[in-house]
Amino acid sequence: MYDFDVEKPTSIADAVKALGREEAQPLSGGQTLIPTLKARLAMPSVLVSLKGIAEMRGVCLDDDGRVCIGGGTVHATVAKEVATHYPALAGLAARIGDPAVRNRGTIGGSVANNDPSACYPSAVLASGATVVTNAREIAADDFFQGMFATALDEGEIVTEVKFPVPEKAHYEKFIQPASRFPLVAVFVAKFADGVRVAVTGASEDGVFRWTEAETALSANFSAEAVSGLSVDGSSMISDLHGSGDYRAHLVGVMTKRAVAALA
Amino acid sequence: MPKDGGIGASSKRREDIRFLTGEGNYTDDINLNGQAYVFFLRSDIAHGVLNSVDTSAAEAMPGVVKIFTGADFEAVGSIPCGWQVTDKHGEVMQEPRHPVLAHGKVRHVGEPIAAVVAESLSEAHDAAEAIVVDITDLPAVIDMKEAVKEGAPKLHDDLTSNLCYDWGFVEENKGAVDKAFEEAAHVTTLELVNNRLVANPMEPRVAVGDYARGTGDHTLYTTSQNPHVIRLLMGAFVLGIPEHKLRVVAPDVGGGFGTKIFHYQEEAFCTFAAKACNRPVKWTSSRSEAFMSDAHGRDHVTKIQMALDKDNNFTALRTDTYANMGAYLSTFAPSVPTWLHGTLMAGNYKTPLIYVNVKAVFTNTVPVDAYRGAGRPEATYQLERLVDKCAHELGVDPIALRRQNFITEFPYATPVAVEYDTGDYVATMDKLEEISDIAGFAARRKESEAKGKLRGFGVNCYIEACGIAPSNLVGQLGARAGLYESATVRVNATGGLVVMTGSHSHGQGHETAFPQVIAEMIGIPEDMIEIVHGDTANTPMGMGTYGSRSLAVGGSAMVRATEKIIAKAKKIASHLLEASEGDIELKDGAFSVAGTDKSVAWGDVTLAAYVPHNYPLEDIEPGLEETAFYDPSNFTYPSGAYACEVELDPETGQVTIERFSAADDFGNIVNPMIVTGQVHGGLAQGIGQALMENCTYDSDGQLLSASYMDYAMPRASDVPFYTVDHSCQTPCTHNPLGVKGCGEAGAIGSPPAVVNAVLDAMRSGGKDVGHIDMPVTPARVWAAMNS
Repeated sequence: MYDFDVEKPTSIADAVKALGREEAQPLSGGQTLIPTLKARLAMPSVLVSLKGIAEMRGVCLDDDGRVCIGGGTVHATVAKEVATHYPALAGLAARIGDPAVRNRGTIGGSVANNDPSACYPSAVLASGATVVTNAREIAADDFFQGMFATALDEGEIVTEVKFPVPEKAHYEKFIQPASRFPLVAVFVAKFADGVRVAVTGASEDGVFRWTEAETALSANFSAEAVSGLSVDGSSMISDLHGSGDYRAHLVGVMTKRAVAALA
Repeated sequence: MPKDGGIGASSKRREDIRFLTGEGNYTDDINLNGQAYVFFLRSDIAHGVLNSVDTSAAEAMPGVVKIFTGADFEAVGSIPCGWQVTDKHGEVMQEPRHPVLAHGKVRHVGEPIAAVVAESLSEAHDAAEAIVVDITDLPAVIDMKEAVKEGAPKLHDDLTSNLCYDWGFVEENKGAVDKAFEEAAHVTTLELVNNRLVANPMEPRVAVGDYARGTGDHTLYTTSQNPHVIRLLMGAFVLGIPEHKLRVVAPDVGGGFGTKIFHYQEEAFCTFAAKACNRPVKWTSSRSEAFMSDAHGRDHVTKIQMALDKDNNFTALRTDTYANMGAYLSTFAPSVPTWLHGTLMAGNYKTPLIYVNVKAVFTNTVPVDAYRGAGRPEATYQLERLVDKCAHELGVDPIALRRQNFITEFPYATPVAVEYDTGDYVATMDKLEEISDIAGFAARRKESEAKGKLRGFGVNCYIEACGIAPSNLVGQLGARAGLYESATVRVNATGGLVVMTGSHSHGQGHETAFPQVIAEMIGIPEDMIEIVHGDTANTPMGMGTYGSRSLAVGGSAMVRATEKIIAKAKKIASHLLEASEGDIELKDGAFSVAGTDKSVAWGDVTLAAYVPHNYPLEDIEPGLEETAFYDPSNFTYPSGAYACEVELDPETGQVTIERFSAADDFGNIVNPMIVTGQVHGGLAQGIGQALMENCTYDSDGQLLSASYMDYAMPRASDVPFYTVDHSCQTPCTHNPLGVKGCGEAGAIGSPPAVVNAVLDAMRSGGKDVGHIDMPVTPARVWAAMNS
């Protein structure tokens, strides 16, 4: 890696200030950024570590019953502390990477990075969560804007994610055998006013809502309701590990299985 | 009742104490005073003309000691190839020059172009980025069949084509084989790919060069399976350093799997640069570098055919293989698809006529060489897939077809030049049917089907040849080295022993198993025996460890040396006991006079050898140290039968291995626990090849599977709890221990069983695709199921 300075602010305000420096880059759990730096694919002049900001860590319930998770909270903490409030979300966190990843990687980092194969974006989108930053609150539907692209401005930090808790939800993941990221994973959340289905790993445009399945499931929450539906393989990722058509097929299978698990 | 020591005991691996507590001494742990670091600037283009390498800006960068390019190595030898194959026309193979640093052209992604030696690795890396390389791209040649077509771009301008050799074996049999096919009642044909693999030992390669100006002595510390071979190849052929001025040390090595046999440019560079810079020079491979610079394995494309008579007896076999050599010839690359592959094509069967053709091809890819099994997995895979295909085409039971064609009488001379000394293929198949619970399969299939899954059962047999030998024969076959092994047994005055072996342990457990043999021979505790290996300065010239040879060849050398020790000790004992030498017996660590109660302890005899006050000095020398070199008269031929049971999810194509059973015949066994562990490791690698691992290039020669994000290594959760049995034992007839080899069996014997099982599962789901190539990934299975 190239040389860089490190700043370790202890408040969000100080972090925002530090990120005002030229070519500054926020560092949360570092699960993507550190390998990128080691491969010399990024050259920030200063890394602003968010690890020391206590107000960005931890899990709580707000007055609306939403599960609020600090942006700096590691996956292992979510797996443990969210288990009773939102088991599907906790289960997702519990199966990201391996124990080392889960004890370093953070929800804020994952959401801000918006890797097309990351787990968290599907939960954020399917839950209709709100992404809170140092500057504003952004609805999940507005937040994810394509592969590695989000609504975040330069220097804006994800400080918290607020998840409405669905009646029931399930995350069904089919892993890519080398990276163990999702090849295709589907998060299905059933709310009183409808069903939301978010798909990760599959699309060239990153995480997306499968609205056709949502409509079908909102009318009839059963595996049969989605068994005839399909997504278009031509807009799916095609690589060493599977064609677009294969991924499109898996979107259907994973959705069906997620619903079946909740039936 | 299991033994608690000696041959046959599951003695715990003493080396694991240091490995598991972080006390190992690996090459990267070696840091010398004044050490500088090297970073290699590697080509990111697969094929091109190297117009210029401008290092002027880089040389001014902070911390730079010296920058080297191909021009600095013009007076230095080519990285040598250790095996010369003669083709079917009697011509020797085409052998390109292999420079330490690229010169004139680059021929694969990852080829080193320049090397920066600097005060720190980071500074070396920074300076390397300031080197300006001007390359004119040439079309890359990746596909082997394209590479040998008329007009294909040539990798090496001084060669006539990209064809290294066109080997026919046994060429004189070709006419008879073709005739048998014309007369066959049935012919089964199969085309398949043996997928390219990256070995990925846990420890990446490391080299530290050192030069003592005061004495002119060179030292190379390196991650090698065979330090003496590196000393000879690098000293004699590359750098021109006589062996007495060059020491090569391979300390603890964290896994080799073949890829650390070979002599690599980085070793020669560090040795050369240490003198040129007059300070130690260290290189530690990153994992990314390992993917594009460690020799790869396998990569064969094959068409194989079996001829059968009306009674389903195999009458002839022929096979055509394209074998990828990569851009240059790695140390033993030419031998892998020929003598380690063609000679195994008889397998366990009495097929009377066999013809093997192999075309070895240069492509713009990393060199390919031996990887766990080396040629034998490729032979076993094509043969055992073919036999299964025969059975299904004929509508007969795959096990019955195998049994019908088994070789049952030994010794057996195959039509492919080797003679199997012992084996009992019926016994291992019987054992396999028992331990795999084949009788319970139908019920297990029903259970799977109740869950919406398909279940398949696949078997295969294997034969392998290890302890490659004898030297005079392999010399005729093109080996540019002998294949003996050595041992010096030094007995200390107080009775303890040190064995200096030419074998090298990089995970095999020699430090535990070798003492078991000597403990058994002398009747003393194993902890009185220490194994020294890996340093040319204190071990006799040996050929190192690969090809499952260490116990069969290195262990035999140790036995021979120990026999000399015992013979001399008996002479000393006969003097001390005032008895005739012929009456002296050695048992439980004491020498006694037969038929009397007179005895003298081992330690008293060894003390007498070094404090020879009461000693027959007129007849024998003091001291107790003997060396033996052992050159085997034949290979050893382990064999076995494996069964795999898979569950297949027809909706996703996901295959999971539910059961895997291995019945092996390794001859006599020294440490059953270590043997079981070796089989487990081999199976994991074989299953990895069958289901997951795939080294892939695009058509421009870019390595697509260049990291663990895309190259799928098997993990613990991908493999089942194995059922491993090695109770079938037909001892090797020609080495003193009656041992065979167990290191590669698992990797050789498992891929066909896995694929046979997957195809069986697919058939049970109503889909008979005939063949599916490895790795059998979910995407491939799904595509095949929906084809």
